[in-house]
Amino acid sequence: MSGGDVRVRRVRGDGVDLAVYEQGDPARPTVLLVHGYPDTHAVWDEVAARLVDRFHVVRYDVRGSGASSRPYGRRRYTFAYLMSDLRAVLDAAAPDRKVHLVGHDWGSIQSWEAVRTMPDRFASFTSISGPSLDHVGRWFRAGLRRPTPRNLRRLAGQGLRSWYIGFFQTPLVPEVLWRAGIGRPFARALETGEGVAPRPGHPARTLPRDGSAGVGLYRANMPQRLLRPRDPSTTVPTQVIVPTRDRFVSPHLVGGLAAHVPDLSLRTIAAGHWVPRSRPDVVARWIAEHIDRVTGAPLAPAQERAVRGARVGADRRPFEGALVVVTGAGSGIGRATALAFAERGAEVVAADVDGAAARRTAELAGLLGPAAHAHEVDVSDRAAMEDFAKAVEHDLGVPDVVVNNAGIGMAGSFLDHTEDDWKRVLDVNLWGVVHGSRLFAAQMKARGEGGHIVNTSSAAAFTPSRTLPAYATSKAAVLMLTECLRAELHGDGIGVTAICPGIVNTNITRTSRFVGRSDADQETNRRRASRAYALRGFGPERVAEQIVASVRKNRAVVPVTPEARLAHLVARVSPAAMRRLARLNLG
Amino acid sequence: MSNKVALARTDDAAELDRFREIQRLCYQCADEVAATLEPGVTEREACRRMRRWLLDHGVDDWLHVPFAWFGDRTAFRGFRIPTQFLPTNVRLEEGMPYILDFAPVRDGYCADIGYAGVLGENRVWEQVDADLAAHRELILGLVRERRKFADIYAEVDALIDRQGYQNRHRKYPGRVIGHQVGVIGGLLPKGVAFPFGVRFLQTIGRELVKERMAGRSPLWNGARQSQHPPTPGLWAVEPHIGFRGVGVKFEELLVVTEDDAYWLDDDLPHVRRWAARAAA
Repeated sequence: MSGGDVRVRRVRGDGVDLAVYEQGDPARPTVLLVHGYPDTHAVWDEVAARLVDRFHVVRYDVRGSGASSRPYGRRRYTFAYLMSDLRAVLDAAAPDRKVHLVGHDWGSIQSWEAVRTMPDRFASFTSISGPSLDHVGRWFRAGLRRPTPRNLRRLAGQGLRSWYIGFFQTPLVPEVLWRAGIGRPFARALETGEGVAPRPGHPARTLPRDGSAGVGLYRANMPQRLLRPRDPSTTVPTQVIVPTRDRFVSPHLVGGLAAHVPDLSLRTIAAGHWVPRSRPDVVARWIAEHIDRVTGAPLAPAQERAVRGARVGADRRPFEGALVVVTGAGSGIGRATALAFAERGAEVVAADVDGAAARRTAELAGLLGPAAHAHEVDVSDRAAMEDFAKAVEHDLGVPDVVVNNAGIGMAGSFLDHTEDDWKRVLDVNLWGVVHGSRLFAAQMKARGEGGHIVNTSSAAAFTPSRTLPAYATSKAAVLMLTECLRAELHGDGIGVTAICPGIVNTNITRTSRFVGRSDADQETNRRRASRAYALRGFGPERVAEQIVASVRKNRAVVPVTPEARLAHLVARVSPAAMRRLARLNLG
Repeated sequence: MSNKVALARTDDAAELDRFREIQRLCYQCADEVAATLEPGVTEREACRRMRRWLLDHGVDDWLHVPFAWFGDRTAFRGFRIPTQFLPTNVRLEEGMPYILDFAPVRDGYCADIGYAGVLGENRVWEQVDADLAAHRELILGLVRERRKFADIYAEVDALIDRQGYQNRHRKYPGRVIGHQVGVIGGLLPKGVAFPFGVRFLQTIGRELVKERMAGRSPLWNGARQSQHPPTPGLWAVEPHIGFRGVGVKFEELLVVTEDDAYWLDDDLPHVRRWAARAAA
């Protein structure tokens, strides 16, 4: 790695010697990375390597850990000492300028204290999995003052996650355990639970010593601050990275933080507590983006969207800053979905085989939200889809939500379906979804920030019918594909949802093919079907609302209309009933 | 006619002039009342102003009394029952769209107009209003081709769908996009069977029966009763389109003759507004 030479020096802290590690050109902006418990500076190795090209990266071993000296006694670990240490490091490594502070776990807890007490020394702050103790204390009190079931559930959730804090207050036992060698099971748990494989430096060879000394951090500060919280406010532009699968810090702890931090950004990631180890690419990228935003550096469209989406504000819309791709967006459910996302602040890419219709959707979306984009693309055409996915990634970045919605209808008896009919239905309804899922899931996975894929299936996927053999088959395939994909992408924080609308009043009835009929009969059938669907009167807007909700709640299979929900239920309770209904000739 | 009630004679220039005159008066009223709308005015207050203005200018009866819809009520959001059309105490705010709709009668001659506007700036309204212009051309063109009324209704629906909007005139009683008007008279007293004028109800009721026997209808919608070529006469045409919480409509009189059709008046506020926008 370039500029990767680590310069080590010792800095005199408040009664201790601190090991300070510097990388990169000191003329560049300084980023100070503060590690947590029971780690050392080495937990940041991967992140530091990714920042070193652009920044002067400074790390140090907090007192009691790694190569820094280990003071004796609980009192030597209070915030007052920790802040003196931090100041000493700042004075030595970046004497006369503001630094960008980043903390993980206890490093973040200390950093909250730092930005609270000496905001003038920091240009920005990124907090990872370590809340302000003052905020936590207030959060618990606020929850207990309004003991609604939800608040109590959240309090209990954090209480359970914090079991070790109480345990660390017991004298001697934790120290004995660390010395007795729980370091090895700890490392194993890290690997199995967090996907963080041991490597030289982390967990450190000094883990037994770090673990037992660091208990002082908990004993010296936690009871005091949690019981008598101070004002946690800070003026430093702050970004909080929230790993949603953290076993120690509840994601709900950020609730109400905006009241104390006027410039607050939130970024969530589906990862565990040691996110700097498990997702160094994402963490380094987010740190750099936050710094760029705060310093006013030029941002690429994707970054600009990302920082805008992360900002917490009263007028923030739920999909602010998100990029949403919708296929089949020229009409019906696709158009309504594009508009629903645009209305919630998302930047929409409307794709349709009918370019004019796609452009119209983009135009309307631009009225409700950020300027939208249109693409003319046939989802069944692999090459065209590859070009489309590349163009989106190149021009706009990786989408946060992809709705594979394009589909065609086809009705008639099985024996009337020609081979071409089958190809046509499967090409659009199944292969379109396959291409869209494959291309965009790969992008999402490579980016590592999660995402969501919605595939439009149908109530026909679980409702056998003699009138829809090809269509129902294609939609059933989409449903199963969705379920498989959901299982595969879960670990990457990418949700996958199948939407099963049912009878929705869109133009699919006006474009469906009724096989085995004369042209004149086609028209009659289309008109009759359109009329029936119109009478049913379930608009595509209501499906779009369900799609938005299913993305927010990461639902797996969503039957939308009442008849779709009923069919979904009956298909499971009494498949025989569904088989009997399938014999009805509705054509 | 014995009962002194006649539908419009479209071949009588003098009679058409009388209709044009009252339609102009209506638009003058709408322009003047719209200019007085400021933040905080309620729908009821707006209706009161329109009614006073019209009564001051010689109006003596109503096809229907004035309506005013503000905000998302212009798109009939959540309208389930007819009473929801009636003016409410909803207050106008900056950026809100509004629609004024009234149909007065003076000396037997009537007009029925719809007047859409917005208080201040609203991007959505600008776009929807601009797109409404296409419907005026489409309807006239199809009537000139003497396509069946129901087919024209379907074509308008298709255009609304392509535009990505919603058909809002389907919320009107009878789902009508238009209705026939004529000279209003009759034996019944002038009066309002809220919100419709008694004599108008009498006329429309009579026409429903009479036209039904001829296989036609004085109401123009997408149903089977409208499966007939345009009936010569005067038609109040009112396409009403909506997008999210914004509804825009126009309503004016269309003259249909045996073999042609034209708008009674092309010098109207919305026509001038569209022309100005197209020129800009």
